[in-house]
Amino acid sequence: MNAISRRKFLKLTGYTIGAAAAASSLTPVIKGAKKINKEKVKGIQTIPTYCDICFWKCSAIAYLKDGELWKIEGHPNDPLSKGRLCPRGTGGIGAHFDPDRLRSPLIRTRERGEEKWKEVTWDEALSYIAKKMNKIKEQYGAESVASFSHGIGGNFLKHTLKAYGAINFGAPSFAQCRGPRDVGFELTVGDSIGSPERTDIENSKCLVLIGSHLGENMHNSQAQEFAKAIENDATIIVVDPRFSTAASKAKYYLPIKPGTDIALLLAWMNVIVSEKLYNIDYVTKYGFGFEQFAAEISSYTPEWAYPETGIDPDLIRKTARTMAMYKPATLVHPGRHTTWYGDDTQRSRAIALLNALLGSWGSKGGLFFPVSYSLPPYPYPAYPTSTKEKLDNPGKKYPFASEEITTGIREATITGKPYPIKSWIVYSTNLIFALPNIDETIKAIQNLDLLVVVDTIGSEIAGWADVVLPESVYLERHDDFNMSPFKQPFFSIRQPVVDPPGDQKPNWWIAKKLAEKLGLGNYFPWNDVEEYLDYRLKAGGLSLAKLKKEGVFVGEKKPIYIEEGVVPEFGTPSGKIEFYSPQLLQAGFDPVPKFTKVEEPPTGYFRLLYGRIPVHSFSRTQTNRILMDMYGENEVWVNQDIADKWGIKNDQYIKLKNQDGVISNKVKLKTTERIRPDCVYMIHGFGHTSKMLKGAYGKGASDSELITRYKTDPLMGGTGMNVNFVTFETEV
Amino acid sequence: MARFAMAIDTKKCVGCMDCVVACKNENSVPEGYNRDWIVTITEGKYPDVHLEIQSQRCNHCDNTPCVECCPTGASHVNDVGAVVLVDHDKCIGCKACLAACPYSARFINPEGYADKCTFCIHRVEKGEMPACVNVCPTHCMHFGDLDDPNSEINKLLASRKFHQLLPEAGTNPRIFYLT
Repeated sequence: MNAISRRKFLKLTGYTIGAAAAASSLTPVIKGAKKINKEKVKGIQTIPTYCDICFWKCSAIAYLKDGELWKIEGHPNDPLSKGRLCPRGTGGIGAHFDPDRLRSPLIRTRERGEEKWKEVTWDEALSYIAKKMNKIKEQYGAESVASFSHGIGGNFLKHTLKAYGAINFGAPSFAQCRGPRDVGFELTVGDSIGSPERTDIENSKCLVLIGSHLGENMHNSQAQEFAKAIENDATIIVVDPRFSTAASKAKYYLPIKPGTDIALLLAWMNVIVSEKLYNIDYVTKYGFGFEQFAAEISSYTPEWAYPETGIDPDLIRKTARTMAMYKPATLVHPGRHTTWYGDDTQRSRAIALLNALLGSWGSKGGLFFPVSYSLPPYPYPAYPTSTKEKLDNPGKKYPFASEEITTGIREATITGKPYPIKSWIVYSTNLIFALPNIDETIKAIQNLDLLVVVDTIGSEIAGWADVVLPESVYLERHDDFNMSPFKQPFFSIRQPVVDPPGDQKPNWWIAKKLAEKLGLGNYFPWNDVEEYLDYRLKAGGLSLAKLKKEGVFVGEKKPIYIEEGVVPEFGTPSGKIEFYSPQLLQAGFDPVPKFTKVEEPPTGYFRLLYGRIPVHSFSRTQTNRILMDMYGENEVWVNQDIADKWGIKNDQYIKLKNQDGVISNKVKLKTTERIRPDCVYMIHGFGHTSKMLKGAYGKGASDSELITRYKTDPLMGGTGMNVNFVTFETEV
Repeated sequence: MARFAMAIDTKKCVGCMDCVVACKNENSVPEGYNRDWIVTITEGKYPDVHLEIQSQRCNHCDNTPCVECCPTGASHVNDVGAVVLVDHDKCIGCKACLAACPYSARFINPEGYADKCTFCIHRVEKGEMPACVNVCPTHCMHFGDLDDPNSEINKLLASRKFHQLLPEAGTNPRIFYLT
């Protein structure tokens, strides 16, 4: 950032207090939160921070009017938001005003799951937890405390738990989300996709989306770049059983039969290889095992793929040739939530291979090489070492898992093997909705001596807890720096904008106080988180005061494409792009992806698919009244002809019954021409059952409840969840 | 005289509702009400489907049935930009304008007056864009002056295909949907 642009920015965003007060008199949008800013500064005040409504971590500028939180906008210098937040970020102030927030620490008074509590002080709550944790350590060892967390806010708590001796940490973001994708790319090009994704959408001339519903999935930079690609007249190819918003922007829409994407990918590669349309120089230079790969895919013609996928062979050829025409600026998007059918790593590997054939890996308009800042870590004492091994993946049952498997920890909690798990410390992840098969999660919980949930709202998992700790929302707290790898090195600060409305505390405070209760205070040598942040910045030659004021530091541009001089390195055993994978063969898997048929829905049943809507994140935003005003309950999408056959009408309420007899809450029908007749679709995150979530309770239906079956990916332990079938109960 | 208008690029719009949320915050629109909203029009038979996503709001028409029917003069055309506004103090909440508006763009605010989009005139007067335009992550919304031949909006209307909502109503609406 140069001096001129910074001055301009300061002027634009009105850092001087009291500048440019808005004209009309305004009442608070939402009742529920009271006076918040102690100082009650008159006029407009702006404070930069970064968002937490999803995990993209966009930098933003919060506006206070006369000391009250008013609105939040994107930070113009932030490479992620470029000055514009997504609707969830814009509606983020609703998290502060949410009347259903947890307000005080709670300890359970009745049976688990009954949601009967007594309000306690922080001291009581933390003493209770520490006492139980010390007992578990004594009886079973510290390894018997496991932790689940999602988001950067979990970092300080993890630090406390590692100091205590815990070794089992899981996040649903791996085995229930992007894990197969990252492993598929690791096996092929020796590197993962990461978050934010390394997709150069804005420069791609041909963008291929396979089930990836950009525009409905509002990861900010991707949505912005998607619009840019449309503006640039990029050729868009969308493969989806549902006519998504992205499909409506596409030149080619491929209405694929669910579960057959690998067949399509193989046929595309067959066309590109057999017609010699691939990037020959690139493949020759960086490829390994291309001949074996080419031989293996030679039989997968578009005619072979047609009966599997339902996609016309001519359309398969035409789209393959289009991709090749724009190479290497063709981006076959790797997706994000990729746990679909249990063969997801091989599908992701096929996507990686297609990108490799086109030379897109490392190229402008393809998948770039991200760059990032790094700051020295804080010099903490070393963590205790353990003689036990992590138990999520015993005996490397899933040989290519590159992160911990949540469902593996759950399984070990149920069986007590290889050693018992007696406590779950859960930070900001609603495990009841995030993990497939709720019964298994509840069964595991029965074996715990201690379940602690730290969250801002009383999610379903909080309902099962022994102790619930109310965390302040992102607008009221500090967190660690965001230093996401992206197109330019940058880092940003999260800092309090307003005070919390009750007895909520920031995670760093909770982590530090818990450590002190556990006799581990020496692991927190700083008194206040700003001391910690300041230390790290000073060690990097930077100033906290300046960052607090500016919000984001943006570094010099660095090369991110092969065209700009990056020399690609491939972290595979061969050091090359493995078109044919000896390590997969050695582990007993297909060295080149193969297509296997998925189970068909029984007569009268439909495959249950789920996804996102722009205004919600998972199951964590349904009490945000601003976002609920945008979309307050989910619907089930049913093909119009199917609805006509069943005699059910748009907007009518029905219930869904799955193959195991589980019946959903009532849910509104959306009868539409935008989905295949063999599947139905709903937005994830609705149908809440926790009584603590008054604004969301009973609104819409929960896909999680209906996902009783899952198919585990043998390569890395991901749980494929598109394997459930539902039928309609029309009497509600 | 300026005549403010909006051109919205339906090719880029993904219907994310950021415009709706931003308006709600900016203008403190009460819970349960919105001054702008998204309409998705679906045509065709699966899989040959066509969608048009429209971010809708008051059309700030050239011919204003809402102003003409107002018994108190609360609904009026602003001197700046010919924006249609409601003077809250003069409004008696009689709903004549709600009935007259062919676009259902108005609602009665719980405080008793007719409420609707103001084109964020309080921002525009300071040289800022309306909140919805300012927030849009797809940059699909363009705001400007129809009476300025060099404005971006006039250039867009000269170079792109577009349509207005309910042209047959004779209101000459000033929200243009680029297709």
